[in-house]
Amino acid sequence: MEIPISYYLLLSGILFTIGVVGVLTRRNAIVVFMSIELMLNAVNLTLVAFSKQFNSLDGQIFVFFVMVVAAAEVAVGLALIVAIFRLKQTVSIDKINIMKW
Amino acid sequence: MIPILFFFFAAVAIASGIMMIVHRNPIYCALFLILTLFAVAGLYVLLNAPFIAAVHIIVYAGAIMVLFLFVIMLLDLKSETSRQRPGGLPRILSIIMSGVLLAELVLFLRSGTANLPLVEGDLIIGSTKEIGNLLFTEYLFPFEITSVLLLSSIIGSVILARLKLK
Repeated sequence: MEIPISYYLLLSGILFTIGVVGVLTRRNAIVVFMSIELMLNAVNLTLVAFSKQFNSLDGQIFVFFVMVVAAAEVAVGLALIVAIFRLKQTVSIDKINIMKW
Repeated sequence: MIPILFFFFAAVAIASGIMMIVHRNPIYCALFLILTLFAVAGLYVLLNAPFIAAVHIIVYAGAIMVLFLFVIMLLDLKSETSRQRPGGLPRILSIIMSGVLLAELVLFLRSGTANLPLVEGDLIIGSTKEIGNLLFTEYLFPFEITSVLLLSSIIGSVILARLKLK
């Protein structure tokens, strides 16, 4: 028995929403970053599910590129967090407001 | 067998995802995220994408999460975890807004994917050979561009990490 694609899309929507809640409610910049990773994963799941639905590999190639972008983003983002921590001794996004006004 | 595995992986992914965003200690958050990533990799295997599943585990659980754990342990966040702000209006509001987003996504799914056509033909399995064939023929240019992207991100992170402050 096959799982219909809507189940995968629903799961991916739930995972994306969990990521959104994490980004909006957590105050630790590193955990916010992890929530963004979770959102990227949800989108990847959607792409692979559609790739199976339409019997084509293009979706899986896109997942490959999304992974590359996620890896690059994590490297630069964590470097930024380390630099901010050295400057302000905190990674709480409430206290990092030098670009706010 | 496949439905059981699907619901098992889905339950693990959702449960550990929720644990990730509610746990106070960032290290446990990272470990729960790794659990979510493994569950998603299992779903990729169910979706006939073994190569993507393997790359997913290697790149995410192997490289990205190690980087996260490394940074968490590099920055001493002990004091940070103990004084997180309690609730408040913004938190409640953001949870309500996320619920609205989920409802929108579900409505969209119900209207959009109810009767998608299932494409007939030979079953394509995303093996290393097939993906490699596509990457080096049809998607050669984006593939080369990603190498430039990776190079620029390496240079950027090295410069940021070596920045002399003050």
